[in-house]
Amino acid sequence: MATYAAALTLSAWVLAPIALIGLAAVTSREQLYRWPRPFWPQPVTVETLAFFLRQEGVVRALGNSLAVAALTILLATALSAPAGYALARYRFRGRETVQLGLLTTKMFPATALAVPLAVAFLRWGLYDTLVGVALVHTALSVPFVVLIVASVFRGVSVELEEAAMSLGCSRLQAFWKVTLPMALPGLAAAAIFTFILSWNEVFAATLLTVNHRTLPAFLVHSVVAEGAPLHFRYAGGFFLVLPALVIIFLIRRYLLTLWGVTVR
Amino acid sequence: MAEIRLERLHKRFGRVVAVREVSLEVRDGEFVVLLGPSGCGKTTVLRMVAGLEVPDGGRVWIGGRDVTRLAPGRRDVGMVFQSYALFPHMRVFDNVAFGLRMRGVPRAEQVRRVREVSELLQIEDLLDRYPAQLSGGQRQRVAVARALVIRPQVLLMDEPLSNLDALLRMQFRAELKRLHREVGSTTLYVTHDQVEAMSLGDRVAVMREGEVVQFDTPANIYEHPATRFVGAFLGNPPMNFLPAVVRWEGHEPWLQVGEARFAAPREYCQALRERRDEEVLVGIRPEHVVLGTGPLEGEVLVEEVLGPQKLLTVRTLGHLLKVTVSSQASVRPGDRVPLDLPEAGIRLMDPRTEQALDRSRNRAAVSGNPGPLV
Repeated sequence: MATYAAALTLSAWVLAPIALIGLAAVTSREQLYRWPRPFWPQPVTVETLAFFLRQEGVVRALGNSLAVAALTILLATALSAPAGYALARYRFRGRETVQLGLLTTKMFPATALAVPLAVAFLRWGLYDTLVGVALVHTALSVPFVVLIVASVFRGVSVELEEAAMSLGCSRLQAFWKVTLPMALPGLAAAAIFTFILSWNEVFAATLLTVNHRTLPAFLVHSVVAEGAPLHFRYAGGFFLVLPALVIIFLIRRYLLTLWGVTVR
Repeated sequence: MAEIRLERLHKRFGRVVAVREVSLEVRDGEFVVLLGPSGCGKTTVLRMVAGLEVPDGGRVWIGGRDVTRLAPGRRDVGMVFQSYALFPHMRVFDNVAFGLRMRGVPRAEQVRRVREVSELLQIEDLLDRYPAQLSGGQRQRVAVARALVIRPQVLLMDEPLSNLDALLRMQFRAELKRLHREVGSTTLYVTHDQVEAMSLGDRVAVMREGEVVQFDTPANIYEHPATRFVGAFLGNPPMNFLPAVVRWEGHEPWLQVGEARFAAPREYCQALRERRDEEVLVGIRPEHVVLGTGPLEGEVLVEEVLGPQKLLTVRTLGHLLKVTVSSQASVRPGDRVPLDLPEAGIRLMDPRTEQALDRSRNRAAVSGNPGPLV
């Protein structure tokens, strides 16, 4: 009983703001500023969302976000898939250390990296480029993605690969014909996870770009530097939250088995 | 078809020695079972034959070819896994045809051979299904079909029946025997189930702690276990063991068990000559112990009726003996009964090394005296 109460409170704590943003985003501008504001928007309208999308720079920022996310997925998968496979399949000296080491990188405060990173990127000509942002996002996501991918590959029985090899496959063929097709849904989940991480990342994106801002960076800039109006903020928030919500719902099964242990 | 020869195979995992200098020969068309408790190294031996594990020492020969370092796919072996390892994303047909595809067999020939092997295993009606839609027994058949369809030189099976329930296991055991008779493939089969080993194997290699303890026909292993371990591991209930002292009277050795006196079997005369007044271990199967007559006395503690027979637990001289008697025998728990250990049923072992004393027989057995071929 107490557990349920706690769970409900927690859920409400997390979900209420999201619900309020969602409702505000489909409320018309006049209603948004009226007091008292009706809880349920009358009528439901896309006017605010459309206004947001018409603002200068929004569509470009959205495009930038997508480009950065795509590049991040590409890089993170290319790096994490082999690493995850190795962690899942091979027993080598220092395996545990690598696994733990991956997590400890997340303990390092990104803020401390900000200035050196900006300087380095200026030197390398990566400052204010989408590739630069994607590189940072890749670095941020790789530790998690490696662990997810490892858990996905662990889910594919070794005996399947061995059976394929005993039937004439090389190790690579066995991976290609048996392991990969079976791991595909899990790998897709990992890619989606990377997408969300990149889509919502604001710190590095704000810091390392001026003209090529991703959506979160663009929003932060609009709100902080230019004091964007309330309805603009709601609509922007809505666009930021939407993909994450949809996607988390789709991949929660893989998140729950992240370390090979199913949490129920 | 081909023979398998293992030459002083050695394998370690970290500091643990999994397989210690195992040498073994499986003749062309022979069905050999590797039997032993879990962790005895039997599966590791099989995996080294399959090429899934590289030995630290020794060689594997298949059909006169040294395959020790060859990739699994190039050894021409068919393997059946304990978990069946069917590819879940492929239909039964594609599962069975997988090995043929990897070998570049033309499509028409693939279909013909899959049909042929499906008939043999009675899975013709399942070819369009996915593995998830099959029962355990059906999966088992598909796994065997997939291994057989490539017509491998040797067939390797790793506990293929352990995931089936008792009734299915018995059915499939008989089926595997039929299959072996029809296909005649050289087979190496791993199990921890002694009943399976006895019923399937032309010869059985009993393994313990990475070594082959005894390699012989099931009957010989049952009747003449090379060590106390083998006697206790094979047979249900296991062999009984009682300490005895060797006595000599002129040219006749006899065994003193407690105060009782038993004739020593002839074949041990030589071995007992050096053991005058020393202790030996008497091993005797439950069905050889005679109840109702004899110089020993025991108290019946437990009676278990097992159909046509019943199993008694009898305490004598502080030891518990298992004795099987006919269900009609009128003994009740609490009865005090006389016991006899007939000469023909007695096996003698060294109490310290736990090795059988009739070494000459064992030496012949390990080097592999010919067993009956199917």
